[in-house]
Amino acid sequence: MLKTKLFAAVAVGALMFASHAFSADKKVVAVSIPAADHGWTAGVVYHAQAAAKEINAAFPDVEVVVKTSPSATAQVSALEDLSAGRKLDALVILPYSSEELTTPVKAVKDAGTFITVVDRGLSDAFIQDLYLAGDNIAVGRNTAKYMIEKLGGKGNLVVLRGIPTVIDDERIQGFNDAIKGTELKVLDIQYANWNSDEAFKLMQDYLAKYPQIDAVWANDDDMLLGVLEAVKESGRTDIKLALGGNGMKDIVKKVIDGDAMTPAETPYPPAMIKTAIYMTVANLIGQAPVRGTVKLDAPLITQTNAQEYYFPESPF
Amino acid sequence: MSTLVGTTPLRHERDWNIGWADVGPFLALLVLLVIGFIINPDFLSATNLGNVITRSAFIAIIAVGATFVISSGGLDLSVGSMAAFITGITILFMNSMAPEWGLAAIPAGMVMALVIGTACGLMNGLIVTVGKIEPFIATLGTMGIFRALITFMSDGGTIPIDRSLREAYRPVYFGTVGGISVPILISIAVAAVASFFLYKMKYGRKCAAVGANEDVARYSGISIIKTRTIAYAIQGACVAIAAICYVPRLGAATPTTGVLWELQVITAVVIGGTALRGGKGHVWGTVAGAVILELIANLMVLSDFVSEYLVAGVQGVIIIIAMLIQKFAK
Repeated sequence: MLKTKLFAAVAVGALMFASHAFSADKKVVAVSIPAADHGWTAGVVYHAQAAAKEINAAFPDVEVVVKTSPSATAQVSALEDLSAGRKLDALVILPYSSEELTTPVKAVKDAGTFITVVDRGLSDAFIQDLYLAGDNIAVGRNTAKYMIEKLGGKGNLVVLRGIPTVIDDERIQGFNDAIKGTELKVLDIQYANWNSDEAFKLMQDYLAKYPQIDAVWANDDDMLLGVLEAVKESGRTDIKLALGGNGMKDIVKKVIDGDAMTPAETPYPPAMIKTAIYMTVANLIGQAPVRGTVKLDAPLITQTNAQEYYFPESPF
Repeated sequence: MSTLVGTTPLRHERDWNIGWADVGPFLALLVLLVIGFIINPDFLSATNLGNVITRSAFIAIIAVGATFVISSGGLDLSVGSMAAFITGITILFMNSMAPEWGLAAIPAGMVMALVIGTACGLMNGLIVTVGKIEPFIATLGTMGIFRALITFMSDGGTIPIDRSLREAYRPVYFGTVGGISVPILISIAVAAVASFFLYKMKYGRKCAAVGANEDVARYSGISIIKTRTIAYAIQGACVAIAAICYVPRLGAATPTTGVLWELQVITAVVIGGTALRGGKGHVWGTVAGAVILELIANLMVLSDFVSEYLVAGVQGVIIIIAMLIQKFAK
């Protein structure tokens, strides 16, 4: 956290110096994202900073400033700070919550700033110029399709879901829709709050309750880590597949290594922030038209394409 | 709860007659086991009970420490974050020492965990006693500090333990001695030492006296500051022991490690028969309380008639009913 703050401070400092020293021609792109409080947001911070570094080096007349905020209120203040006393050419924002950030982002927009919204939409879709997100329904659907194929269309499943939110609901919905009509049977589904420890416990309980489990789906990789530990400890051999979702580097590494129980993965990549920043800059610099809605698919990651999704330096 | 401890004054400790507060939690445990068996016979299988009791060990060990703090009239909200912080720093230390020291890095890391834990507890204690800040606020502050430190150390991601240490360290959570899993043995040992401190030594009596009535304790020449500070230091050491057992379970520390453990710990202490406003502590009751909490969660998964959306609600109801039974069955 300190590092990112320092980074932001240095970036802002450098920016102020630069704008004084050079001209006002330098285009400013502010990036406002949640602070790293768990694996996925840590990945967002990592990729946002990587993008800022690359773009600042590649385009001398663009300055990308990354600002992380630990809460929705802090993010509102950050927006005020970023836009105070200087014109922002573009704002790339991953909002903490839709409702609280809508009005503050609108204020930035009204000052003539290009707005890119990532992942979580604002309450008013007319504010954004570009909206970019992953596809949570596809995360569930593609995992399910892979399971159906691997298990030959039948078997007993247990599912671990996260925190009751739209993200969680969509993943489960995509999964359930895909297995409808097959002989795959969901024995049990419970919340484990996207937490490894809770997933470990829940999986132990599933193992105690059901003598025959063919496959496990944890709708997030943090939970999958707990699941794998519980399965390993139990010594059970009936579990053929244990799949997760999100694209955590530890799990992608398993796919690369050809792990028998986790041979595939579905991404909901935090690197989408990088896509959004590059697209925004493409519009500013290259006049490339980007207005619209972009939905990243959740293509199945297997051994053949896993390297594309592997970021060993990222915390996630 | 208040009547429970209110009617068991210090006289109680002399004649050693066993009161309801001592037996209550164990009766509740027994009832829960019977209900569990009726709902799903698998519930009583050795594997399931072994799993459940083993994983209740972290909360049990931390809650034994909390029994001291709460008995002396304090409160510690920082234990969950502290556990995460100690876990993180221990793993980092072990990883950095592994190339040089090999497997000796594991015991060295354990010693360091204990030192850091005791120091963290001592800090909490001094802020509360010397700084004279309400325990709720003081430990809410350190809770934020510890959580921020683990997030900072991990860059928001994961701190995994070195692969070369992982297999050697695994038995501390997954191993068994004489058929009983190691974390269970450790929590029994911790509880045994704690009950010796609390019931056989002067310090235990001071603790209860300070918690029951600060003024009376002061007039009797007991140092409030010293008694309470020691209680927080004991709490810190217990958190460190729990962290030592925790590391091998998933082999990593993350910013979400130990989230909300403080509430489970406090619940375990209160279910165990210790009053939240201080007074006599019940160490073994606390251990039973921790097991009860974990059993309830286990039962929710093993039974089929609770919707996944209602699990937390039903757990809450069971906890309240358990407390009411303890209170009125007297």
